[in-house]
Amino acid sequence: MRRIQILSDYGMPGVLLLLCLFFSVVTLEEQHPEGEDAANRVAPKIAQQVPQDRPLVIVARPTLRDQAFARTAKALLQERGYRVLAVIHGEPPVIRLRLQALADSAAVPAALVTVPDFRLPLQSIQTRIPPLAQIPVIVPDSYRWPTFLLRDNLINVVNQIVVIAIIAIGMTMVIITAGIDLSVGSLIALSAVIAARLIAGMGGTEASTLALILASFAAILACGGLGMLSGVIITRFSVPPFIATLGWMLVASGLAYIISGGQSIYAIPDRFVWLGRGTAFLGIPNAVVLMALLYAAAYVLMTHTVLGRYIYAVGGNPEAARLSGVRVQRILVFVYTVSGLMAGLGGIVLASQLKSGAPTYGLLYELYVIAAVVVGGTSLSGGEGKIMGTLIGALIIGVIQNGMNLTGVETYTQKVVLGLVILGAVLLDKWRSRG
Amino acid sequence: MTSIRKNMSADTTPLLRMQGIDKAFPGVQALRQAHLELRAGEVLALLGENGAGKSTLIKVLSGAHQPDAGRIFIDGREVRISSPIVAQARGIAVIYQEFNLVPTLSARENIFLGQETTRAGLVDRRAEYRKAMELFDRLSVRIDPDVPCKRLTVAQQQVVEIARALATSAHIIVMDEPSATLTLQEVRKLFDIIRELRARGMGIIYISHRLDEIFDIADRVTVMRDGECIETCQIGQTSRARLIELMVGRKLENEFPAKSAKIGEERLVVKNLRRGRAVRGVSFSTRAGEVLGITGLVGAGKTELARMLFGADRADGGEILLDGRPVRFAHPREAIRAGVCLLPEDRQTQGLIQGRSVRENFGLPNLNAWSRGGFIQKSREVAALQRYVQDLSIKIADVEQPVRHLSGGNQQKVVLAKWLEAHSRVIIFDEPTRGIDVGAKYEIYLLINRLAEQGKAIVLISSELSEVIGMSDRILVMHEGCISAEFSNVSAVTQEQIMRYAVGEMDTRSA
Repeated sequence: MRRIQILSDYGMPGVLLLLCLFFSVVTLEEQHPEGEDAANRVAPKIAQQVPQDRPLVIVARPTLRDQAFARTAKALLQERGYRVLAVIHGEPPVIRLRLQALADSAAVPAALVTVPDFRLPLQSIQTRIPPLAQIPVIVPDSYRWPTFLLRDNLINVVNQIVVIAIIAIGMTMVIITAGIDLSVGSLIALSAVIAARLIAGMGGTEASTLALILASFAAILACGGLGMLSGVIITRFSVPPFIATLGWMLVASGLAYIISGGQSIYAIPDRFVWLGRGTAFLGIPNAVVLMALLYAAAYVLMTHTVLGRYIYAVGGNPEAARLSGVRVQRILVFVYTVSGLMAGLGGIVLASQLKSGAPTYGLLYELYVIAAVVVGGTSLSGGEGKIMGTLIGALIIGVIQNGMNLTGVETYTQKVVLGLVILGAVLLDKWRSRG
Repeated sequence: MTSIRKNMSADTTPLLRMQGIDKAFPGVQALRQAHLELRAGEVLALLGENGAGKSTLIKVLSGAHQPDAGRIFIDGREVRISSPIVAQARGIAVIYQEFNLVPTLSARENIFLGQETTRAGLVDRRAEYRKAMELFDRLSVRIDPDVPCKRLTVAQQQVVEIARALATSAHIIVMDEPSATLTLQEVRKLFDIIRELRARGMGIIYISHRLDEIFDIADRVTVMRDGECIETCQIGQTSRARLIELMVGRKLENEFPAKSAKIGEERLVVKNLRRGRAVRGVSFSTRAGEVLGITGLVGAGKTELARMLFGADRADGGEILLDGRPVRFAHPREAIRAGVCLLPEDRQTQGLIQGRSVRENFGLPNLNAWSRGGFIQKSREVAALQRYVQDLSIKIADVEQPVRHLSGGNQQKVVLAKWLEAHSRVIIFDEPTRGIDVGAKYEIYLLINRLAEQGKAIVLISSELSEVIGMSDRILVMHEGCISAEFSNVSAVTQEQIMRYAVGEMDTRSA
């Protein structure tokens, strides 16, 4: 009895936690620091090994990360009173030439500073320049840490499921009313294509920010409109949601191909990726922030408002809800509209991440979205379900995919595992609700 | 036949004996040392309030539940009934309140479902048709075996269930509240069939709330209370009062409480209301403080009338006046605003959302009063609910408890509470005590009277004649969508009088 209580309270969050723990243990390995992190780690080490005032040379490859390392390391070392003789950027031959020139000018540094990954190449260059051969190469220490738990990877997990998670908000509401919306995958493509096409028409890569916003809103509203039509067909003509949205799924997909002429549309300015790739808050991608805000709003809607209460009531028993004065049809139209809007927004996020619009986007996404909702504990028979459960369901899917990528599980096997996990989660839920 | 007679006279081994049956569910001991004995050729009534353990005991017998302890003997031999299929093989057939028929399949297909007569791998329709006709003949009913079950009446569907039991050559037949949805005449017909089965030496367990019926049909009665079988006696050696006392565990003075409401102004006036063939021109009026009883057979149009008054179904024509002003409700929402409410006949599917909590069900029609800008102020909702929990003495562990865990009486009180909070002035009760225990019934009756005293107009729709007579100030009888009689002198009315108008033998009002 007690065990069942714990399961029903913490079931899915527990599964998510266990998965994270599992992949943390499995991916525990030597981490070679890079970028700013490496600079922060190398500075104290130098302070121990090299007396102050001594000249140092920072060596970095021509990558963005190494440049960040060099920049930060220079600043930190100067702060601590070291003289940074030179910062050498470039491919190994360039580095060799610059070091040679340094040696020729008789300015011999006390140590060379670089990142762990470049230590060996640097040492082999060094041995060929006699005046520098004995100088120590200082790199930040490597450390053991799960690759899974690296900040970049965690952000990556969320970034990968952000589209699914956003659409799953609408789907959760639809499924709580005992419905289903199969059209969301196609709406992603439709939304992305409409937005891309409008942007291309409003100046392409030269389009203004206003044009980007207008195009995005137009695409989202178009998808919301289709969602509303689904709702109207379902309520006015008592068409089963499965059939009504199956119809729209085909229509929307076809429209996406027609609008785009079957091609990907790339004539989009760089600024458009602000939503999908940009970070404005604590280094968290903007799309993830948007997702978090939407979940917070949906949570409040479902738990604290009249509308949310009505949605649960309609799903639990539409006739009893109607006889209690709930306008059941309006509620249903509302949830399908929200589902359409969320799918449209998901399409914009995806187009922003990929900086293009193509009619092939969102293929089979509806199934992943439904999986996230169901894994999150929402019953397909309606009346029960939690918005935050869905977020956890989406994260479970994201963590499994990411974890398998990290551990080198091949794609086909990944599908099998994902399918089994979804089944397992639902069986667990059934077993739980029976107990 | 003769061999069965011999069996009957050798009365020593009962057809079925269940002894020491225990069954616990999480938090409830549903059965405690329950025991039961059924002889061949008798009708044993199983009596008890809801939650007394009747259904659980039957589910143990039918293999749907496995008992924690206890033994079952059939014809003196111990058996283990591990599943419904085993039960069927042992000759046990259970006819539940909700029939287990596939509505789209024909009567014949349902009778032989799972035991089809085949020839060369194909279903032998003709042989099945013949056998189905034979079965219906034996039960002396006329049903076309090829008609889909959804087109049969409830009574006919029941006969199909019985025919199916006979087709499996069952000799123990359990009927769970078989008369709950039947009209009086259909019940008489059912009793003829039961007597016929009894004469053939079958053992019949008959579960019912209706005491009148038990005295009519049963040979012996076993009374259950709190999971125990308290007493078994010959029906001739007991009385109605004694059985009620056994069921509720205390003495019950009256079945219906006395009433002292003052009848006031005319509140609801209905003129020539029509809807299809169900309601064909109904006119009546009711006053504040008055309990207006409406009765009639199943299908007479009572429920349809109630749904129209509440705006749940649209009227084809006619007029409704509320406190003198004409109203037209396109949706129950508008009726609720105007102060009209309906407690539907089926709490399970219409009155309440079973999976949601007491609080949410209670709040549903009243949310706008407690919300600001669409946000619900939950504390006000809970406070309002607490008042009714006190006032109506609703027994709940917690306001967040799902309503499905409540007893029928408490569920009905939750429905009532939500309408009282909505300030209803006209309260329509549709079969308010169906499936509710004797003790809880009395409480509901008390509440109805209290509401009348507060000046509400009560419309009490019921097919239980004793209830209508016991509670109403005035009685309307419906027959085939019309009002066939009105009785104002309720104290002098008999059930037989009402019945004559209900079946359409006489008609005073419609032309």
